[in-house]
Amino acid sequence: MSRVWKPFAFAVAALLLATTPGAAQTPQKGGTINSTLWPEPPGIVLGITLNAPTLLPSSKMFEGLMTYDFNLQPIPVLAESWTIAPDGLLYTFKLRQNVKWHDGKPFTAEDVAFTFNEFLPAVHARSKTTFERVKTIAVDPHTVELRLKEPYAPLIRSFDALSAAIVPAHIYKGSDFRANPVNQAPIGTGPFKFKEWRKGEYIHLVRNDAYWQAGKPYLDGIYYRFIPDSASRALALETGQVHLAAQTDIEFVDVARLAKLPNLKVSTGKGWEWNSTISWIEFNHRRKPFDDRRFRQAVMFALDREFMRTNIFFGLAKVATGPVQASSPFYEPDVAKYSLDLAKSAALLDEMGLKPDANGVRARVKLLGLPYGELWNRVSEYVRQALGKVGIQVTLEASDVAGWGQKFANWDYDMVVTFLSMLADPALGVSRTYVTPNIRKGVLFTNTSGYSNPEVDELFAKAAGSTDDAVRKQLYSRVQKIIATDVPVAWTVEIEWPTITSAKLHNVTINGFGPNDSFADAWLEK
Amino acid sequence: MSFWQSFARNRGGVVGLAVLVLVVLLAVTAPFLFPFDPWDTRGAPLQAPGGAFALGSDMLGRDVLAGVFHGARVSLFIGVLSTVIAVAIGVVVGALAGYFGGLVDELAMRFTEFFQTIPSFVLAVLLVAILTPGLASVVIAISVVTWPPVARLARSEFLALRHREFVEAAVLSGVSHVRIIFGEILPNALTPLVIMGSLMVATAILTESALSFLGLGDPNRISWGYMIGAARAVFRQAWWLSVFPGLAIFVTVLAINLVGEGLNDALNPHLRRRTGP
Repeated sequence: MSRVWKPFAFAVAALLLATTPGAAQTPQKGGTINSTLWPEPPGIVLGITLNAPTLLPSSKMFEGLMTYDFNLQPIPVLAESWTIAPDGLLYTFKLRQNVKWHDGKPFTAEDVAFTFNEFLPAVHARSKTTFERVKTIAVDPHTVELRLKEPYAPLIRSFDALSAAIVPAHIYKGSDFRANPVNQAPIGTGPFKFKEWRKGEYIHLVRNDAYWQAGKPYLDGIYYRFIPDSASRALALETGQVHLAAQTDIEFVDVARLAKLPNLKVSTGKGWEWNSTISWIEFNHRRKPFDDRRFRQAVMFALDREFMRTNIFFGLAKVATGPVQASSPFYEPDVAKYSLDLAKSAALLDEMGLKPDANGVRARVKLLGLPYGELWNRVSEYVRQALGKVGIQVTLEASDVAGWGQKFANWDYDMVVTFLSMLADPALGVSRTYVTPNIRKGVLFTNTSGYSNPEVDELFAKAAGSTDDAVRKQLYSRVQKIIATDVPVAWTVEIEWPTITSAKLHNVTINGFGPNDSFADAWLEK
Repeated sequence: MSFWQSFARNRGGVVGLAVLVLVVLLAVTAPFLFPFDPWDTRGAPLQAPGGAFALGSDMLGRDVLAGVFHGARVSLFIGVLSTVIAVAIGVVVGALAGYFGGLVDELAMRFTEFFQTIPSFVLAVLLVAILTPGLASVVIAISVVTWPPVARLARSEFLALRHREFVEAAVLSGVSHVRIIFGEILPNALTPLVIMGSLMVATAILTESALSFLGLGDPNRISWGYMIGAARAVFRQAWWLSVFPGLAIFVTVLAINLVGEGLNDALNPHLRRRTGP
């Protein structure tokens, strides 16, 4: 480059950078943001409570050893680096040296060992089974070793704050974890400290000045305000009183309208990779005719899932093709496809011997709706009408949240509308719905359908025990092909949850956790 | 003056009756004018009124007009049936209390007060939630919360008539209690009960709408309250989804109230004399 052109090129580059919004701007310090939070969480210590509204405030106060990027690859947080022995039985973590708890005490390997060995197995419903396989030893104040009896591939995707937030050993050791008074004013290592929880009004977090990432966080504080009505939440966003709303806070039909407003930014799907939610209609395989694969396939062919995507989920979804979410590194697109085909559906039912009676009815079944609001009522209503077209007469069963869970978990249903997070690894989020050992009566989000296929069981078990991602991918591809043909459940859509922020709020979605990230990097434009 | 003549003197009553007949016609003609399932998708979703659909279409492309017609069936059915049940319970309890008096009266009235102390809508919501939402549970819930005023009215009528000569005569001639209650006293106490019952139909329709709005209606039957409840999420995008069923409820309830007033004027002899020429 000649001497004349060089300054010019720099000027052009600078100009380009200046006009690129968001990413290229330098973060500004200061400012307090308001976020919606609904419903009010039952508690804010990650692990002790795991309800969706718990995650948003507590992920700002607690951290894990890692977090995961948009492709669910690990990013170091409290762990600086790690090595995994080739046999997959020993994980060694080097921890950060300059990390302090919110009460000023240093963070050490003891805290990690206590969390993994005692705290998580005792309180964390989901991670319990992972950490029961592991023995954690504090080698020195900043090194821990995790030993396993057999390889467990999803372990490397189990160290995020939502799955394994590190808690202070000096506070919890020897106490009744759930009754510890510190749970009311949690102490973590995160970029924000607990300040106040005014019941029925808000949770207030303030900047942790001693945070280990120098200069961060940028924000002075966050208020999580409890606003019970979705129309009021939308209004608060529009008027700028609230800077952030996410997931189910805003009715899906309203998201498109808000996206057009100049003072708001809406992103969909991105930032929800860890959460990856698939919705489906689950069949009770213990009852006829759901035990017959042809019936389940007939249901798939009778549903216009593209119609559901556009008119029920208002575009905030994509049609689900099978048990694994499309954003997963283990996703297999080449599986049996089910687009709307009423003739095929009727042919399958004919083949089963389910002929239409005088009223055109081939089978009478019940559908237990998901009582999570209007959108889910539309799903039930649509499924009833769509199946009615092929002669499957559906009667809707109404219930409240507790009744839905009760009936679903105890296998007291024909068909049920549900959705579930696929989490960071198929061994954590996917296999639980399909494998025989996870048929556990009375427990929600297990293999409630009663589907059992020895080949599927074996493939899932092998994939969880292998540490070679290429081998795992092959195994998961095979299992997806089998499951997509068996249709143990009728997948409808993958939900692309929206994150709606003020146009002035930056760095909200920087990894696979979206607004459930720590917000160390989030900043507010003046 | 005949009943019809005196009823016709109340203009409001006549208008109300005309509207009510119209609503009944909606309910009766629904299966002929809209011979399809009102839950079915009939065209593009969220169409404004006046296009392919006279009153527009909802988020799943369902015809709002068909919903209003079919919804009339559920609203009227529940309104009338739950009122009949409530009046039946109320009359029996009130009649026993007023006729026998004493301990029976005490027990019956304390029992009635027990229901009156609980806010009726809260009790209705609770009952439907416990019985699981459906047509039968809505009818039961509305009946259970609306009978106490009927019982009180029936009691006071029975108290007043209990010691009249024709009743005493019946007692002396050895007629059974049951026949005296239902054969002698009730026909004479019927007028205020009929008026009260007619007004209760309106309340029952409102209660059903409120329950359906809260998602506690029968999920397999379209009703006006359900239509409004389902539409509230899209109110800013599609006003017609809540406005038309809302109007239907408003007009029907108003009509029933006007008819009730008309009945009151026509059947109440004191009033008839007062307003007479």
